[in-house]
Amino acid sequence: MKSMPKDYLQPMRIVVHLLRKEFIQIFHNKGMLPLIFVMPFIQLVILSNAATFDVAQVPFHLQDYDRTPLSEHLVKRFTSTGYFRMTGESSRQDKGIDALISREADMVIVIPREFEKEMINSGHARIQLVINAEDGFNAGVVRGYAYEIISSFNRDIKRLLPQMSSPATVQPNIEIRSSGWYNPELVYSEYMVPGVLVVLVTIIGLFLSAMNVVREKEIGTIDQINVTPIKRWQFITGKLFPFLVIGLGELTVGLLIARVAFHVPMLGSYALIYFVATIYLLVVLGMGLLISTTTDTQQQAMFIAWFFTVIFILLSGLFTPIESMPHWAQNLTQLNPIRHFVDIIRRIMLKGSVIEEILVPLGILSVQSAVMLTLAIVRYRKISA
Amino acid sequence: MKRFIGFVRKEFFHIMRDRRTAAILFGMPILQLLLFGFAIRNEITEVRTGILDLSHDVVTQELTDKIFSSGTFVASGVLNNGKETGPAFASGKMNEVVVFESGFAGNLQRDGTAQMQVITDGSDPNVSRIITGYTESVVREFLVEKAESTGTAQGVEAVPVMMFNSALKSVYLFVPGLMAMILMLVSALMTSISITREKESGTMELLLVSSLKPVQVIIGKVVPYLLLSFVNVITVLALAFLVFGVPCRGSIALLLGESLLFIMTALSLGILISSITNSQQVAMMISLAGLLMPTVLLSGFIFPITSMPLPLQVISNIIPARWYLVIVRGIMLKGAGIGVLWQETLVLVFMSLLFMTVSVRKFSERLQ
Amino acid sequence: MPEPVIHTEKLSKRFGSFTAVDEISFSVSAGEIFGFLGANGAGKTTAMKMLTGLLAPTSGQATVAGFDVYRQSEEIKRNIGYMSQRFSLYDDLTPRENIRFFGGIYGLGKAEITAKCDQMLESLELVKVRDSRLSSLPLGWKQKLAFSVALLHEPKLVFLDEPTGGVDPVTRRRFWDLIYKAASDGITVFVTTHYMDEAEYCDRVSIMVDGKIAALDTPEALKGSFGTATMNDLFIKLARPAIRSGE
Repeated sequence: MKSMPKDYLQPMRIVVHLLRKEFIQIFHNKGMLPLIFVMPFIQLVILSNAATFDVAQVPFHLQDYDRTPLSEHLVKRFTSTGYFRMTGESSRQDKGIDALISREADMVIVIPREFEKEMINSGHARIQLVINAEDGFNAGVVRGYAYEIISSFNRDIKRLLPQMSSPATVQPNIEIRSSGWYNPELVYSEYMVPGVLVVLVTIIGLFLSAMNVVREKEIGTIDQINVTPIKRWQFITGKLFPFLVIGLGELTVGLLIARVAFHVPMLGSYALIYFVATIYLLVVLGMGLLISTTTDTQQQAMFIAWFFTVIFILLSGLFTPIESMPHWAQNLTQLNPIRHFVDIIRRIMLKGSVIEEILVPLGILSVQSAVMLTLAIVRYRKISA
Repeated sequence: MKRFIGFVRKEFFHIMRDRRTAAILFGMPILQLLLFGFAIRNEITEVRTGILDLSHDVVTQELTDKIFSSGTFVASGVLNNGKETGPAFASGKMNEVVVFESGFAGNLQRDGTAQMQVITDGSDPNVSRIITGYTESVVREFLVEKAESTGTAQGVEAVPVMMFNSALKSVYLFVPGLMAMILMLVSALMTSISITREKESGTMELLLVSSLKPVQVIIGKVVPYLLLSFVNVITVLALAFLVFGVPCRGSIALLLGESLLFIMTALSLGILISSITNSQQVAMMISLAGLLMPTVLLSGFIFPITSMPLPLQVISNIIPARWYLVIVRGIMLKGAGIGVLWQETLVLVFMSLLFMTVSVRKFSERLQ
Repeated sequence: MPEPVIHTEKLSKRFGSFTAVDEISFSVSAGEIFGFLGANGAGKTTAMKMLTGLLAPTSGQATVAGFDVYRQSEEIKRNIGYMSQRFSLYDDLTPRENIRFFGGIYGLGKAEITAKCDQMLESLELVKVRDSRLSSLPLGWKQKLAFSVALLHEPKLVFLDEPTGGVDPVTRRRFWDLIYKAASDGITVFVTTHYMDEAEYCDRVSIMVDGKIAALDTPEALKGSFGTATMNDLFIKLARPAIRSGE
């Protein structure tokens, strides 16, 4: 055997060749380029605006059986706040329910006969609010608004109904002023943009890497690589690095959009975000390559990747708060890399957290990346059994 | 026709022989429904609350007790001044701080009004709003009880009736959303990948030169996924009913029919995607990145469409899942019939026809 | 007698209860063009995958280029070239990019790659299309390129798995000129093929039937001992009784 001169850079050079090839392939693929570099940002801009629970202009249906100045006053209170708008009126109970079913209204206000009379006589009267509780959360908010309006109405009732017989005591009232720490106006985009950005970077990274090796298997080029003396770590590095670069590139553009288009504050350090992002991407890409090396077709790979993405996204606390999950599910989310990165990026951007404050999630991500990469390298077989 | 059946059978074998894919196809919807049904909710059961009491009087004590007796709020410490608020949030020790102004009871007695402040961790505006809402309702209750005990209750009392979902369970809301998401992705994704795969490997040409018509080939590819998706619908509905107690107040036949229609829409979308690209990768990226996030975010699955800015409400109209969600929720929760839902149904029919026409045209262009 | 480049001793591969390759024993000596024939499904590709270190054997012994297939598959890879039946260069890269990539993977230096690349494009008459995607080139050109790429790192031995499938006789003839040239440079060629005229070009051929080697000798000797006029007749005579046939 001819012995080769020792060249310590040799192994790295092989990786560089693999890298160059991967990059060329990515940029040759005209179909993929817009999907990688344009679509995520369109989505970022659109979707960040979609994620809001703000309730405004709730359509309501009125059933006023009283038809007195007082009942009209009450209705006017509802319509003049901007929280409610009237979309219909009737005097038959089933009509109100129909309005809820056909989504013409989300609430029916029922003011009973003798509403004003009862108020004058006893100083107390009831109305009924039939709320569409399909979306329980939304219904709670609607009810809260209605209570708010009614209690303000109650404070003025003496003025509106001077003839009312009642004890002359003052209605005690506690005024609540609410504000959000870090985000006083509770602007949704500030908190959604970083999260959606994480998801988009994840999807791109995971799917590109998950499809990559298995695609070479399907086409047959993998054999041509496997008959070369390339080392497993070289192969995995060469496959991983291009996607790492793409992932960080997407992150950069995304952060720029966050800054320019959404005015998301950046209280922490960019360097820290990139550091964490690199570790995070290693988890994602390691996982993608693991999927890719253990499947036989792109269809399989994609399906498995999709399975995990959906679970990770919905259990990330991005759309529904982690705090609202049962304890077992909260513990489960500790395994979810998206959860940790969403958490970290929000803390760095919105709270200005420094590295000491994110050591725990960062530690979890680091362990995950080590495990994923090791698995990806070990499970990649140049020789099949 | 015989040949066609043979072809459909071949497609079935393809899917079922690949055990992993088959396992995922059937197992995933079940697992996801169970996981999300139990885990995803909007209710917050534990609000870590700190109290900053600048008054220390009987009323603030009473109100504090009232807050912590509700079960939702967990006493997480007492603050001595406003400066301690920041660190309490930064460490994640608290997500709410309630501040009583000094002279609280006196002000309430004298002026009839006193002020308190609710500061929440605004880094998650949703949680922030939910918590603030909870606190406000506790205070409201407190006032009502006080008024009743002193016999000073007066004014209008609103009696709320929560229609369709009296326990305000978020499962009721999310089950239809999960169904839409699962069906959309299984149907659209699997078809688009499976067709582009035949194109990539060159077997598509093989099929097309056989005596099968292009339409037959496409239908043959789609029928197995149609059946599989339908099995998924039934599984998900059974689970929703048995495990989560989600009712079906309307007609089950209508629900299944509409689901079939939605599956058709998703399948034709999958065909459309495969007609514009020859590469599995591109098909997958379009289906996933282009369908997954919009289906989750723009369909009303989690975030109500009415809450979105107007341009997004307009865009949401092109998301098929949006219409399907209205239909499913209408039938299951409200007991709505076709008389109410015909518009949404027509939209889905129209979408399916549109996708199919465009893809048939695209396919035949390519073949000439 | 020089040490054989390939030597197998009862080499077998079983997939579950199915025996794809059943105790094959043979030797190939240096500089030989060794034809590896058999019907579809006879086990040719499986055998070749074991020899190239892509597939682990179930039992038996084999050495390739002096290295053991069980323990030294990476050393084997350093010393062999491989061209697979499914065309296996990157279709979305240009000839030049493919050459540079595989040169790099085999650890060739930069200057060496550039020199080899130019020389190869020149001799294959691919200079004009060196920057076009492979997908736009005729199959025959791609096959020539794949063969040259397999020889890029100057292996002692090259494995060709049905290298000329799907092209016309003239193109095949040209391809065999490349094989002869490689053999005359001292490279051992191990080739599987369906085409019986190609079998005639080999120094020795073996014919696999149902995972076993049914015959092994020079084409002349084989025709003589089986009493057939052409390799084609011989092949049909041997392969017809096969239990498992491909298509």
